[in-house]
Amino acid sequence: MTFSEFVFYFFAAILVLSALGVITSRNPVHAALLLVLAFCTSAAIWMLLQAEFLAITLVLVYVGAVMVLFLFVVMMLDINMARLREGFWSYLPLGGLVAALLVAEMVIVLGGRYAGFHDMPGPPPLPAGYSNTKELGRLVYTEYVYPFEIAAVILLVAIVSAIALTLRRRKESKYIDPARQVAARASERVRIVKMPVEKKEQE
Amino acid sequence: MSTLLAPIVNLGNWLWGLLAAAVVWVVGQEFAPAVMLTIETLLLIVCIVAPLMGAVAYLTLWERKLIGWMQIRIGPNRVTFFGIPWLGGLAQPVADGLKLLVKEIIVPTGSSKLLFILAPIMAITPALAAWAVVPFSPELILANIDAGLLYVMAITSMGVYGIIIAGWASNSKYAFLGAMRSAAQMVSYELAMGFALVCVLMAAQSLNLGDIVRMQEGGWGFLGWFWIPLFPIFLVYLISGVAETNRAPFDVAEGESEIVAGFHVEYSGMAFAIFFLAEYANMILISTMASIMFLGGWLSPVPAALAEAIGLPWLAAGNFGWLLVKLFLVVSSFLWFRATFPRYRYDQIMRLGWKVFLPLTIAYIVVLGAWMQTPLWIWWK
Repeated sequence: MTFSEFVFYFFAAILVLSALGVITSRNPVHAALLLVLAFCTSAAIWMLLQAEFLAITLVLVYVGAVMVLFLFVVMMLDINMARLREGFWSYLPLGGLVAALLVAEMVIVLGGRYAGFHDMPGPPPLPAGYSNTKELGRLVYTEYVYPFEIAAVILLVAIVSAIALTLRRRKESKYIDPARQVAARASERVRIVKMPVEKKEQE
Repeated sequence: MSTLLAPIVNLGNWLWGLLAAAVVWVVGQEFAPAVMLTIETLLLIVCIVAPLMGAVAYLTLWERKLIGWMQIRIGPNRVTFFGIPWLGGLAQPVADGLKLLVKEIIVPTGSSKLLFILAPIMAITPALAAWAVVPFSPELILANIDAGLLYVMAITSMGVYGIIIAGWASNSKYAFLGAMRSAAQMVSYELAMGFALVCVLMAAQSLNLGDIVRMQEGGWGFLGWFWIPLFPIFLVYLISGVAETNRAPFDVAEGESEIVAGFHVEYSGMAFAIFFLAEYANMILISTMASIMFLGGWLSPVPAALAEAIGLPWLAAGNFGWLLVKLFLVVSSFLWFRATFPRYRYDQIMRLGWKVFLPLTIAYIVVLGAWMQTPLWIWWK
């Protein structure tokens, strides 16, 4: 066993255990945190495959942004386990079918003989100065520029529609115009009233 | 100088050889290089983290002193080393550290115990891990990786977990409110910060932090640095940095007058101290990144021609000292902001992040891209 194999098995073990924890944990916050751990370890495994841009982007996008929002929502939910269990038997056939499909797919892929992985040559070793990021950027903006731009536009449409679906103006909410706030001067808001001094009446 | 140091260097080499032989004997020939690399890296990490922790401790003293002077007070001036009067105040961080170390850590009832202990660790880990790619001088860098800027972004984006988990695990409404506020704030300002970094990498043509500094070199001193072509982005980065570290005037996550101490209201003793250390370490990190990306890192601010003219050519040479000076000035400006501005209202913070900084940075990316295509861009190497 070489050192990189040792590192691979180390991270793979953590990844599998944390992924198991995600689906077995009873507390949704714990499950979300284990998912974060799973993302981080899979980033480390991608790093072993010399895909440093993808690895760092996985941490940046999924751990740094997506899971933070996810955790944000999960923390505020009031989850009642008894009510969640109610639908267990009615969902079981559909869930079982999906699970069986997934297992079958994994067996076909991991079995190797059917996918023909043993015929595939390993990637050639890359020179030390090879920049994954630069190469990816060059490909995305030259060869695959149309698919990339179309994907970007689809994402933009998704953002706009998500905002349009949830945006609702409440009539009673008071809108504050920052420009008017900044423009306000003390002379417009405060009126200083001069009163003559009155003597207290002697008794 | 070198003759004096020679015996020490020889002793060091001899000890290192001894260690290498011992490692080969313990783990075998095959694993020895990897284990030696791990030991070497760990030693280098200690060499970075130990001075950093010292800097953090004395930054707290500098903050209290500086804000004291700004408010016409003296600041801490009692605790001293060995009773020497003119060192008055200098031992304050040591005394504070000792006090926090010996205090009891109270775990609230109904809290999630494991996460309660884990939260401070998750807050400080990213603050320290990001230092791996920071170039202190042309040679002094722990990991000279190509995607350094991306790495820093990815690591610092994980800092918010410590705060969220602390707020949730504490089983306290104040702590939870603080965590919610800070999570929303940090996610909003991370976007502006990310786009600011995109501008920097466009100008520098590289994600490697050392190359970003080298791109600002050119004999022009401080006129060659990126703060001139990227001035709006420099300001956006600095202000977003203040918001990211939850410092005043963006300190709604702590908000003493509103929610007591926010996310760390239930923490005591060393657990609280670690949140404190993480905040200050993050502050130093943001200042270092600003110095590297916009203020030329280790480069000298003196133009080469000027240094020649006054007969002091060594002034134009870049070294670690210049980075320290820049870092100190930027960190001090964080303290200056705290002493100057009242706290922002929450909706104003959100407006600034989403409606001002985000459009501004996106527009500047377009402007910068167009500018770089014209002969007016004079920062090419």
